[in-house]
Amino acid sequence: MMNNQEIKSHETRFVPIPSVSMLPERDIDKGPVLEVMHLGIDFGGLTAVDDFSIAIGKTEISGLIGPNGAGKTTVFNMLTNVYEPTRGTIMLNGKTTAGKTTAQVCKMGIARTFQNIRLFSRMSVLDNVKVGFHSNIDTSLFESIIHGGKYKRVEKETTEISMELLKFFNMEGLANAQAGSLPYGAQRRLEIVRALATEPSIILLDEPAAGMNPSETSELMENIRKIRDEFQIAVLLIEHDMNLVMNVCEGIAVLNYGKIIAKGTPSQIQGNPAVIEAYLGRRKDK
Amino acid sequence: MGLNEIKAKKNDLITYGIVIILFAIVAVMVATGMATRHMQSILVPVCINIILAVSLNLVVGFLGELSLGHAGFMSVGAYAGCLFAIYTADILPAAVRFPLAMIIGGVVAAVFGVLIGIPVLRLSGDYLAIVTLAAGEIIRSVIINLGFTGGAAGLKGTPQDSNFIIGFVVVLITMFVIMNFVNSKHGRAIKAMRDNKIAAESCGVNLNSYKLLAFVMGAFFAGVAGVLYGHNYSILTADVFDYNRSIEILVIVVLGGIGSIRGSIISAIIITILPEALRGFADYRMLIYAIALIVMMLLNSSEKGREILSKLNFRSLGSLLKNRGAKKEVQGNDE
Amino acid sequence: MDFLSNLISGLSLGSIYALIALGYTMVYGIAKMLNFAHGDIIMVGAFTIIVSISTCGLPVWVALILSVVMCTVLGVVTERVAYKPLRKSEPLTVLITAIGVSYLLQNLALLIFGSSQKSFPSIFDISSVHIGDLSMSGESVVTLAVTIIIMIALSLFINKTRAGKAMRAVSEDKEAAELMGISVNKTISLTFAIGSALAAVAGVFYGATYGFIGPYTGSMPGIKAFVAAVFGGIGSIPGAMIGGLLLGVLESLSKAYISTELSDAIVFASLIVVLLVKPTGLLGKVIKEKV
Repeated sequence: MMNNQEIKSHETRFVPIPSVSMLPERDIDKGPVLEVMHLGIDFGGLTAVDDFSIAIGKTEISGLIGPNGAGKTTVFNMLTNVYEPTRGTIMLNGKTTAGKTTAQVCKMGIARTFQNIRLFSRMSVLDNVKVGFHSNIDTSLFESIIHGGKYKRVEKETTEISMELLKFFNMEGLANAQAGSLPYGAQRRLEIVRALATEPSIILLDEPAAGMNPSETSELMENIRKIRDEFQIAVLLIEHDMNLVMNVCEGIAVLNYGKIIAKGTPSQIQGNPAVIEAYLGRRKDK
Repeated sequence: MGLNEIKAKKNDLITYGIVIILFAIVAVMVATGMATRHMQSILVPVCINIILAVSLNLVVGFLGELSLGHAGFMSVGAYAGCLFAIYTADILPAAVRFPLAMIIGGVVAAVFGVLIGIPVLRLSGDYLAIVTLAAGEIIRSVIINLGFTGGAAGLKGTPQDSNFIIGFVVVLITMFVIMNFVNSKHGRAIKAMRDNKIAAESCGVNLNSYKLLAFVMGAFFAGVAGVLYGHNYSILTADVFDYNRSIEILVIVVLGGIGSIRGSIISAIIITILPEALRGFADYRMLIYAIALIVMMLLNSSEKGREILSKLNFRSLGSLLKNRGAKKEVQGNDE
Repeated sequence: MDFLSNLISGLSLGSIYALIALGYTMVYGIAKMLNFAHGDIIMVGAFTIIVSISTCGLPVWVALILSVVMCTVLGVVTERVAYKPLRKSEPLTVLITAIGVSYLLQNLALLIFGSSQKSFPSIFDISSVHIGDLSMSGESVVTLAVTIIIMIALSLFINKTRAGKAMRAVSEDKEAAELMGISVNKTISLTFAIGSALAAVAGVFYGATYGFIGPYTGSMPGIKAFVAAVFGGIGSIPGAMIGGLLLGVLESLSKAYISTELSDAIVFASLIVVLLVKPTGLLGKVIKEKV
């Protein structure tokens, strides 16, 4: 749906690499877009995440679940290089993200949303989306200052694509509203739109359903599938709403105390005793 | 084209309109002899303050960082431009020399902006403010201690090429560059950074280089304003560029409305003229500015205060002419 | 011996910076704001002494008490009126307000006392101390001694008393402290009160050392004391002390051996260097935004 050729320079740089970890079988033919091997981080001697390995298929929807404090958001922060991992490698489309800044990782194709919403609250909804297109707009400083022909053309295109994206999430009517004034649900949606505007190969959603009512949640589930189908990208989400996770995710990894305790399809996870124990605790009389 | 761009454009056009109309009025007054010599003498200072305020607003209002070293950049530009003008006074005609001096002043100030900015811009908030203040003071002490700057006695012999028309043209150029910049991709990146650093970075915005860009652009125009200043007086001393001067510019920006270019312009005009127009006001000037700073900030930070401000349309003195539709639209979607 | 006497005058100047820096660092640690007006409190304290002794003819000890009371009240009132409503505002807003308060104090003093410097009455009638060839002025000795006593007392207060514990709790996490039954408002007021009282003491020493006070007297030492606080690591009490002394010595030595005019530039340049090499200062902690 998006006019990708116009502004996207990094079409597909997908290089298939042999998968070393537990990729759900049904996805192997798609090949991994994101492959994480033995990732770990220490905070002042304390190991927050250790030996974290996953592989996510090119158009796979995956979930990262686990009790509070298990290190899920820390994983997201490492994937986007907000925190620099102490150990391990992250390969996106066959290229390592090591040594890259958060901004460069975004350019490589990892987009994210935040658990505590982080919008550009004083800017308009449309401008929020346009910031997402930042890396894909190449107007020089000089052109931007003189507002030359190329600048005008590119701005017009960016506005059009941004409006299309907003329309996709039924937000076109809010384009001129101030982002900070939006109702909560719309703010969450805008974060997703903005992340998609960076034209990622994978989008990381940090608790997208937090604070949503059941009808908003089911709309979100719809949207997550739509994102995958329309944009042909992978989705990795952190979520506590098990109904959502089990319904939309094709592969799930469970994190507890910074370590993966289970990986598999929703049905495998649901029956996994280690997962049940992590969530509910061990039965004493056992 | 989105509604936003149309609005932004309309807004910019109104700002240009105000400036041009004011210029026309003043030009007519000067031509018909209605303006006294005293009035004419503050026209260039008005232009200088507009340039300073608009360029500082880029840093304070759009980047969201406080620079207290604006006067330092102004002085670097002033000395560079004036020294150039002094040495080329016999070689170049004023029509070539003065614009060149302004470009040189701007560029040298920008280079200083880069030199100071690269190490310092890793910091933010209070630390950045105090370090820019320190940088400004370092510049001032060094200028006083250098031989070729005339030291504490000041630099004499700069040709007095400044006049109101040149000042006006430079104001227009400053407005053009900064207003266009702010509406562009780069301006969006800077505003995004102001609103949320981590999110901006996650959208691919390189924080450090954009911070530096805004800072250096601010320094460039401060330098240009400095050259204009140096060419307006027979003597240039470093002490006028102390941090009180930086704070005075900040006062203009705050009273005009942080982030409002039009507000900065109108506020610069009023604040330059007021002490000249009202003799009695001059004594209480700084006291009133101080109170105004505090009151503006207090009002701005409470819901009720913002209401009062928007009623008074004081938030940006220029918002008298602001199209109300924009505000309503934003509020209309607020549930 | 020249070097030693320069060093001692540096330590004495540094003690004054340290006293002011203590106030900065406490307020920064607890209210998370740079109280730009803190330096001007010194000026108010010094003027209070001048008015009480030279104009009203009060005895020195009354004047000292008056000065401390005046500054304490001023500090607390400023916080209540100007800063408290901004507690949830952006740092930029708070900083601009603090600059406003600083300007307000300076210009009020300007209106009341005029722009000329007023001479500070001599309050320490102590003769110089001689150790061999080395001579130390009485003021230097008293300044150094009092500062060290104050620092020790303050450390004890923060670490051993209930109120001190409350301060540390508030500086760590306001909400959590509030939930534990600590009154955040009272704690912040107390911090401002202590900081301002120390500024009054610094004002007295400053006046006694330099002999003259004007409306802008406080601003430069104020800024330098902030530099000292950053040097030592903002939020750290021993850090403020060490930073203050280091800065005083640095300034005194660069005045003596490099250039009087450039000494301020050297002090400020050292700030930039410290922030580059160790942004958290000598004894500061790293605070990272949670994502």
